[in-house]
Amino acid sequence: MEWFKKKKETNSEKKVKIPEGLWVKCDNCKEIIYKKEIENNLKVCPKCEYHFRIVARERINQLVDEGSFREIDSNLVTTDPLKFEDTKPYKIRIQENIKAHQINDAFIYGTASIYKRQVVIGVMDFSFMGGSMGSVVGEKIARAAELSLKERLPLVTVSASGGARMQEGMFSLMQMAKVSASVARLKEAGILYISILADPTFGGVTASFAMLGDVIIAEPKSLIGFAGPRVIEQTIKQQLPPDFQRAEFLLEHGMIDMIVERKLLKETIYKIIQYLMPLQSPY
Amino acid sequence: MPYYLDFEKPIEDIENKIRGLKDSSGEEARGKELRQLEKKAKDTIERIYLNLTPWQKSQIARHPERPYTLDYINLILKDFVEFHGDRRFGDDPSIVGGIGLLDDKSVMVIGHQKGRGTKERIYRNFGQPHPEGYRKALRLMKLAERFKIPVITFIDTPGAYPGIGAEERGQAEAIATNLMEMSLLKTPIVSIVIGEGGSGGALALSVADRLCMLEHSTYSVISPEGCAAILWKKSGGLSVDDFSMAANSLKLTAQDLKSFGIIDDIIPEPLGGAHRDPELTAERIKEYIKTTLEHLMKKDVTGLVEDRYRKLRGIGAFKEIS
Ligand SMILES: [Zn+2]
Repeated sequence: MEWFKKKKETNSEKKVKIPEGLWVKCDNCKEIIYKKEIENNLKVCPKCEYHFRIVARERINQLVDEGSFREIDSNLVTTDPLKFEDTKPYKIRIQENIKAHQINDAFIYGTASIYKRQVVIGVMDFSFMGGSMGSVVGEKIARAAELSLKERLPLVTVSASGGARMQEGMFSLMQMAKVSASVARLKEAGILYISILADPTFGGVTASFAMLGDVIIAEPKSLIGFAGPRVIEQTIKQQLPPDFQRAEFLLEHGMIDMIVERKLLKETIYKIIQYLMPLQSPY
Repeated sequence: MPYYLDFEKPIEDIENKIRGLKDSSGEEARGKELRQLEKKAKDTIERIYLNLTPWQKSQIARHPERPYTLDYINLILKDFVEFHGDRRFGDDPSIVGGIGLLDDKSVMVIGHQKGRGTKERIYRNFGQPHPEGYRKALRLMKLAERFKIPVITFIDTPGAYPGIGAEERGQAEAIATNLMEMSLLKTPIVSIVIGEGGSGGALALSVADRLCMLEHSTYSVISPEGCAAILWKKSGGLSVDDFSMAANSLKLTAQDLKSFGIIDDIIPEPLGGAHRDPELTAERIKEYIKTTLEHLMKKDVTGLVEDRYRKLRGIGAFKEIS
């Protein structure tokens, strides 16, 4: 499930951090576009509608009422249970990521309001080790779900991840079961859970909380799947069909409820919450 | 001829001599030499098997003669009635499931199934399930829940199958749904890793009240080969040393996972691994299941499900910083 990650990690640097300068080349249509124009357009290419990858804080700013986000548990960090070391120790890798991205792991959550409606919102950050899910991400998702349950607030998550984090081994794998069990409890309690899938969402994240939303929404053209496309290609030794694992492909196969453009995301979430879980029952 | 792994070469040499001796000389003359050789074989197996590296364990976990789910089912259950199909799309032979008697009590047994021999291996898709396999498994678990029968699962898969059809039919959704539903299942679940615990595809059958592993089985977020390929991308390809190093780093052995508190118990294997004595291994698994169920079946269902959640909820390695 992890093969996909490495390649995309390097890509993401490029995509998330639009290079310095006034002009940017769109990854998709290759048009040269005035940077401000993309930024004012929620990081969507005005020429081809390509949705650039965005970091977690930017995503939250786009989805919630200004100034309403109260972050919780921002100070959780991994303890590196495997003492994992590859080309460099995992501990160092984490330190570098914390420094580079000003975030302690690949997920932030808290309470916020969406058009004045209170929610618990959690967002993955793909720039932090490919948005991979280890102990910290798993713990925060579980806590977010538990807070939703306790306060009876709808839960909204935005995923962007290569999958389970290899460097924490079985601790990471078990987070899949942990977070799935946590969101399961929302279903039993009648609390709405909306899962938004951004580019890319794979592996242990898709195979746990991300696909367990009562309502699942994807951004246009996002790559979403269980196994990464390269692993599949190597296994079946065939070329993959065009648009394979794109949001449009998932919609066609009945795996998601809808594809929503970034600029309509906030109001779509609001509408679904208001209709499914109104503050006062109309009946 | 039995199958020997690379590091079992010294055992192979001695056992070849034993076989040669048995075929040749007269009864009297060979008696003493045979006993000596058998003793030597035992010592050699002991020496090798008491000092296995994680990579060697990974190989034993995938040993082609290692007993598979249906072998244990046949050895442990008095009778087995297999059920098929997910009632949605198809029947996946890489997961088997059904009911049978454990002594005099009904149990639902579900497990990954690998094949022996080329034809069956392909038929079982090398133990790599499609979504239908996971959906069949869940259907059978819900059936067990309704009739208050405990669920036993055997884990033995390289992973969920990465293919076009699997993606089209929602491999991720199937696994996620199993994780969620198993966490809520109102009947005891006991999971035993008998061979290879391959990532999400293994986890989708192992959200349990008791998770245990056979002594030489492995359970990992990614295979050592997959891990090595990501970490040490080399132009010249990967070597056994790379796989060894990855296997070490991943902490995928039963012993490591027990020390982390990720699994509850380890079932000791006969000397030289489960494949050298499937009957004895099955006997120990059976004893483990019986003892564990005796305890779990006494719990009230609410407490059972709550304890299962608490157990999962407690897994994680993090701290707060100021
Ligand atoms: Zn463009």
